[in-house]
Formats: sequence, structure tokens, C-alpha cells
Amino acid sequence: MNVVRLDQLWVYLSGNPLLSLLATLIAFLVAVRINRGLGGTPLLHPVILSIALLIAFLLMTGIDYATYFEGAQFIHFLLGPATVALAIPLYDHRQRVARMILPILAACLTGIFTAVGTTLALGWVLGVEHEVLMSVAPRSVTSPIAMGIAEQLGGIPALAAGLVLLTGSVGCALGPFIFRILKVQDPTVKGFTMGLAAHGFGTAYSFSSLGAAAGAFAGLSMGLTGLLTAFLLPLITHLLGL
Amino acid sequence: MPLIFGMSVLLGCQFVGELLARGLALPVPGPVIGMVILLLGLLVNGRVPDSLRQSGEGLLRYLTLLFVPAGVGIMVHVGLIRGDLWSLVVILFVSTGMTLGVTAKVMAWMNRGNVDTRERP
Repeated sequence: MNVVRLDQLWVYLSGNPLLSLLATLIAFLVAVRINRGLGGTPLLHPVILSIALLIAFLLMTGIDYATYFEGAQFIHFLLGPATVALAIPLYDHRQRVARMILPILAACLTGIFTAVGTTLALGWVLGVEHEVLMSVAPRSVTSPIAMGIAEQLGGIPALAAGLVLLTGSVGCALGPFIFRILKVQDPTVKGFTMGLAAHGFGTAYSFSSLGAAAGAFAGLSMGLTGLLTAFLLPLITHLLGL
Repeated sequence: MPLIFGMSVLLGCQFVGELLARGLALPVPGPVIGMVILLLGLLVNGRVPDSLRQSGEGLLRYLTLLFVPAGVGIMVHVGLIRGDLWSLVVILFVSTGMTLGVTAKVMAWMNRGNVDTRERP
């Protein structure tokens, strides 16, 4: 009987989509377990935890991101139909959305101006390079939209995508804490705020921790914020002469 | 077959959304347009078909998992931000915190007439 050497087996496995797919699912399961074990703390959200676990795994095994993504793209692909599926909770809660249309629009506009305004002002004060600043400006918007905006503004699309993800993680960590300080209790307000400030991460968080109504409002605000920012941000930077 | 029908509807809406986004050079991603299309379809249809609800809500339940592969991509971008790392950390925390606070306050204040805290997770 011929036994294949272990290192050859590893070479085969590490290039196979099966390994990254399996690693992603296991990392997520472990992350959910750890998070539950810690009492569901938002500071170590399962997404952040699984991302950290997977990065550690890839660094230890020496698998590069492109190889990993070849397998993980099957999970990534489902983001498309999942985004479309946001229409279902939105439809279920259509009456509440219609009733709250004014607060929704007001919160959306002030939220976008706060996100963009504080980002540009802080970046200017701290002396962040122009290219990087233009990549961080659209950071509260879902990544495909943010990448398009960054490109239009003269930023780096890949960097914009990374900053969007970091914003999402920070938003999930800060959100529950800020809601407690400000005594915000309405789940629709919480969901809408999470979707605005932390795009898809905030939406996913709302669905898993705040309920279906919060999730619907998060999805709504994610879409609305994306649309409005795509039109407003180039205008704002133009007016500021950046 | 219900799952297949549901997935076909979702992918079909995404497909039309992508076509519109590319064809009209819109700055909005295809799936977001697909979401608008599906919402219009549901409003016209007047109810959510069971098969569509089954596959749609199944996907949404695991939405957090779906972000993981893209999130791991942060490891590639770390090199790009090294020079501005601390500035960016400050921006991310301060600006995100302020955005959360302002948005929640404005919406809660505008919505104070019809407060609804019945639904709890």
C-alpha cells in the first residue's frame, strides 16, 4: 500500500476550495460558541471573532487570501440574494415604514452628514493623506457602493472596502453601548441606526440580536444610506474643495 | 421544490438588478436594485409566497456568516493604512460613535409620537 506523504497531502488540501469553505464554517461555529460563552457581548461579535480566527489560521498555515477566497467565495456569493431578500422583512413591516417615513428621512440625512462631516473634519485635523481620506469618506456605506464612490473621489477602492468592514465591526461594538447611554429602546430606531452607521454588519447584527422589525429597518436604512451617499458625497467634497 | 422556486426568484431579481445597474451605469450595486424590484413585486402580488419566505428568511438568518469571507480581506489592506493607522483608528471610533448617537437621537425624537417598544428580541 502506498501512503501519500503528509506534506504532499497538505499541499493538495491547502489549495482546495473545500478547506477554506470548511474552515470558514468551523470558525463561525466556534465564534458563536465563544460569544455565547461570554454572555453574548457585542464587543466580541461572532463576525469579528470569526474573521480574527480565520486570519490567524491563514497566517499560521501560510495560505494567502486569494487562495482562501477561492473556496470562501461560495459563501460570499450568497450576499447578493440575501440583499435581495431584505425586501421580505421590509414588505412585512411596510405599514410601520410608511408611518415613520418622516423620521426615517430626517435620521438618514442627518446621519449621513454626521458620518461624512466628522470623518472629513477629523481626517483634515489629523493630517490624513488625501488618497486615504477619500477612501475613508464613504466608510459607512455598504462595500460595493463605497468602492464605487471612493473611485469617483480619487481614493483607493480596495482600501475603501477594508475601511468599510472595519467601520462595520466598530459600529457593532459601539452600538449597544451608545443605545444604553442615550436610553434608546425602540428596536426600529436601533435597527435603523445600526444599518445607517454600520451597513451590512449592522443589519446582520440587528437581525440576530434585535429582532425581525429591527432587521427590516436596518436593511432599509442600509439601502437608503447607500443610495443617498452615492449622490451626496461627491457634492460635499466638491463644495469643500477637497 | 419550494427552496428552488424561492432561490430562483431571489437570483432572478438580482440578475435584473445587475443588468439595470450595468446597462444604465448606475452607481448602485445590482443586489440593491434587485431588492427594490422584489419589494415592488411583493407590493403588486400582495403577499409573500411561502417558498420565497422560506429561502429568503433562511439566508437572512445567516447574514452574519456571509460577511466573513470579505471581512478576512482586511488582512490584505493592513499594509495600505500603516502610515495613517492611528488617525484612522480615531476616525473610525469617534465618527462611528457620533453617527450612531446623532442618528438614534434624531430618529427617536422625530418618532416620539408613536413609540413602540413592544417587540423585544
